[in-house]
Amino acid sequence: MKKTIFALAVTSVLAACSSTPPESTSAPVAEKTAATPAPKAAESTAVKPMLYPAKGVGGALGERSIYYAFDKYAIQDQYKPIVDAHGTFLLSHPAAKVTLQGNCDERGSREYNLGLGQRRADSVRKVLAAKGVKDSQMETVSFGKEKPLNPGHNEKAWAENRRTDIVYQGE
Amino acid sequence: MKNSLLRCLAALLFLAALSSRAEITLEIVTEGSHQIPIAVLPFADDNTAGKAISPIVAADLVRSGLFSAVDTSDVNPAPADIEGVHWDVWHDRHADYVVVGNVVKLPNGHLEARFRLLDAANQMARVNQAFEGTPEQYRMIAHHIADAIFESITGDKGMFSSRIAYITKNGSQRSLKVADSDGFNEQTMLSANEPIISPRWSPDGKRMAYVSFELNRPMVVVQTLATGARKIVAKYKGSNSAPAWSPDGSQLAVVLTKDGHSQIYLINSDGSGPPRRLLTSGGIDTEPVFSADGQTLYFTSDRDGGPQIYRVGVNSSDPPQRLTFGSTYAVSPRLSPDGKLLAYVQRDEGQFHVMLMDLATGQTQAMTDTSLDESPTFAPNGKYVLYSTEMQGRGILAIVSTDGRIRQKLTTHTGDVYEPVWGPLQ
Repeated sequence: MKKTIFALAVTSVLAACSSTPPESTSAPVAEKTAATPAPKAAESTAVKPMLYPAKGVGGALGERSIYYAFDKYAIQDQYKPIVDAHGTFLLSHPAAKVTLQGNCDERGSREYNLGLGQRRADSVRKVLAAKGVKDSQMETVSFGKEKPLNPGHNEKAWAENRRTDIVYQGE
Repeated sequence: MKNSLLRCLAALLFLAALSSRAEITLEIVTEGSHQIPIAVLPFADDNTAGKAISPIVAADLVRSGLFSAVDTSDVNPAPADIEGVHWDVWHDRHADYVVVGNVVKLPNGHLEARFRLLDAANQMARVNQAFEGTPEQYRMIAHHIADAIFESITGDKGMFSSRIAYITKNGSQRSLKVADSDGFNEQTMLSANEPIISPRWSPDGKRMAYVSFELNRPMVVVQTLATGARKIVAKYKGSNSAPAWSPDGSQLAVVLTKDGHSQIYLINSDGSGPPRRLLTSGGIDTEPVFSADGQTLYFTSDRDGGPQIYRVGVNSSDPPQRLTFGSTYAVSPRLSPDGKLLAYVQRDEGQFHVMLMDLATGQTQAMTDTSLDESPTFAPNGKYVLYSTEMQGRGILAIVSTDGRIRQKLTTHTGDVYEPVWGPLQ
């Protein structure tokens, strides 16, 4: 019996690719349109209100992170004032926009954590929406367990990484 | 169960792939006593390609955990055929099988490696076969020979001529890489400073679907291995992830959040046409995987509270059936190629272990003694499960045989390695 290893052609082409990577391999996938819409002209007046609150001052409004228990996405009572304060800010600043970024600790499935991070971000979005914040002021994204703030492998790191961050556009 | 496994580390600690070309180093621990002794003799003109083929064959067989290599280093000259074999030597060394072969360069510049697998008991040839390839393909020629030997002796298909894909992370740089199943011939398909997860081989091994965060949110990309050409096939509002190829490669099940929380949809694998929603639940549905006939979908869902594994008929109106009950956290289902075994990850007392479930009986077994397991993936012959885990704070790959006897740890020189996925045979 004699077989020719046809599939090896793939390997050799791959090898060729790696020595001289084609543009399409290394180039980022480009979007034609900007992901972020430009601010409306009506809002670009000479004196602009601050579209984000200062970090670390002003009590609950200075906080930006909501933390969760393992495999949970419900907002615990101690974090509700933070969400409420940002809701009030967004209501009084209709031009302000936030991205709610859901994150998880390093344990378990990457894909399930991506879903869990989305639910964490959505949990904040729902509370804000119930307060009257417009959908157009909020975006959600999940980073799952892929962008841990604390790279450690212990309970402290995990607790810090189970988190929704409220990130204002332009800050 | 795990603790019923033989704990006698009787067999071997084998370090292979120490050449600088191997990016992944294998450490094999075989639990249990018996390996089949096989003498892979140097092939006549073994170095025709500049590198010897027979040692790669022997290393493959030992790496499987089912064979031990009988010392052949003093064989000179190497016999090309059965006539030159000194049977008294191999009987003295307790070889059950002897492999001889020869390598020639063909007029078209290709290599032809012919081998014979000889049965020491009756001194007869069981297999007489040749493989041809370019000189650069000498390793893959050896892997095909090892597959043929493995199949003849064990009755199971081999897996040495397959490839694996995985993600490496060094600092913020993530790379999607493809290598031979022994860690050699590593190629980088994509490098990025943003996360890459969930690589999945197309059924024919020619394309890879994966999730890239390069636009700051997850989207599904399909990349052709031979050309490097990439195409975004799912970039809907929100998150796009968890691609799973249909058996014919024409479609992908994906998880989208465009209508709210994570739900499973079907899209064409070329990105054309609108997504069709496959399931509706109030919870997270994710990690879809098709059965070999494409008729059943296995997936993870927290519809009943914590994440559990379910299956549902793709064209059925029956509700999904829950399969896992042993823990509050069961994720990452993968089916064996014959559809009989389900591999998944379960959380027990804070530890995450790869589990195997016999789908006919529902019996489950913890397969590992590591504690942060992820991403199980079956070898193409269904005899091994490759997964990622953590050792001393670093992400590593590990392999366990489905009978639990053979364990391997695969480590990279630096950084983390995770999200392994075993490709089809070449």
